[in-house]
Amino acid sequence: MMAIYFPILILFVAALGFALAPLMLARLWAVWISPAKPNPTKNAIYECGLVSRGDAWVQFRSGYYLYAIIFLIFDVEAVFLLPFAVAFTGLGAGACLAMLVFVLLLAEGLAWAWAKGVLNWA
Amino acid sequence: MAVEPDLKIELGKQGVFVTTLNELYNWGRRNSVWPMQFGLACCAIEMIATTMARYDLARFGAEVFRPSPRQADLMIISGTVTKKMAPQVVRLYNQMAEPRYVIAMGACAISGGPFKQGYNVLKGIDRYIPVDVHIPGCPPRPEALIHAFMTLQKKIEAQPLTGDARPRHLDANAQGEFPVPVPAAHDLEPPVNRLVWPLPATAANTGESA
Repeated sequence: MMAIYFPILILFVAALGFALAPLMLARLWAVWISPAKPNPTKNAIYECGLVSRGDAWVQFRSGYYLYAIIFLIFDVEAVFLLPFAVAFTGLGAGACLAMLVFVLLLAEGLAWAWAKGVLNWA
Repeated sequence: MAVEPDLKIELGKQGVFVTTLNELYNWGRRNSVWPMQFGLACCAIEMIATTMARYDLARFGAEVFRPSPRQADLMIISGTVTKKMAPQVVRLYNQMAEPRYVIAMGACAISGGPFKQGYNVLKGIDRYIPVDVHIPGCPPRPEALIHAFMTLQKKIEAQPLTGDARPRHLDANAQGEFPVPVPAAHDLEPPVNRLVWPLPATAANTGESA
């Protein structure tokens, strides 16, 4: 029963060798043909020749993202307002009311963010 | 053990190509030199022209200018090295992969050139790092850079892989780091790297003297 799976085992070993052989060859090449020659300056962070300052793990203020989100809301609002303004003369009272509610909702959001102190950059 | 040149030609006529591991290795190295992509002054414009279609440095396998020293093995010092820039140049040289080579391009890079008596110009980059090929000229024409490059190729070709003259990366004891000078009150400190600059140079005559 197991004998019929034997070719699969052979294929598995061949596939493994196919994957590992280039890695081993690269390793042997590095050891024999082109040995590494590290030094502290070489291992240092590359900063266009300057000594790097501080840590690369810089944290950005979350306030930055809140600003971006508020900007995005009013960006989208402008996209809706422009076609509304273009077709304004042909629209009924219902459309104007819907747009007014839309703008008021956004303005309310801005007022809320303002009250929460999001717009204070300090 | 190299093959006799006459025998090699004779075998070549018969359609037999013989070589040595040394020749093969150096053939590969000299035809795939990757310069580092940076220019210091006006010589860099000539260097850029050399890489473009008219002069076409790609014919020599060196068109791949790398923006990172990790992938470069040739540093072309193309222009004036100010004392403010010298530490950065030496640091970049240290960060390059071995075996690395240096072409000092133009009068400024080899000696300070017309600015030699200036207070802020390094009087030749070979005071800090070993230079393989010097090109005079202000600026050297692209043909001169190509000639320097071919000279470097000849140098690489002639390097044995064993013995004292072997390239630095094959010598475990060879020094691979060159001290990066730091700016001091009046000059860079140290004024020269004694390992690569054997000529007399005191702090006085590296500074303002003629």
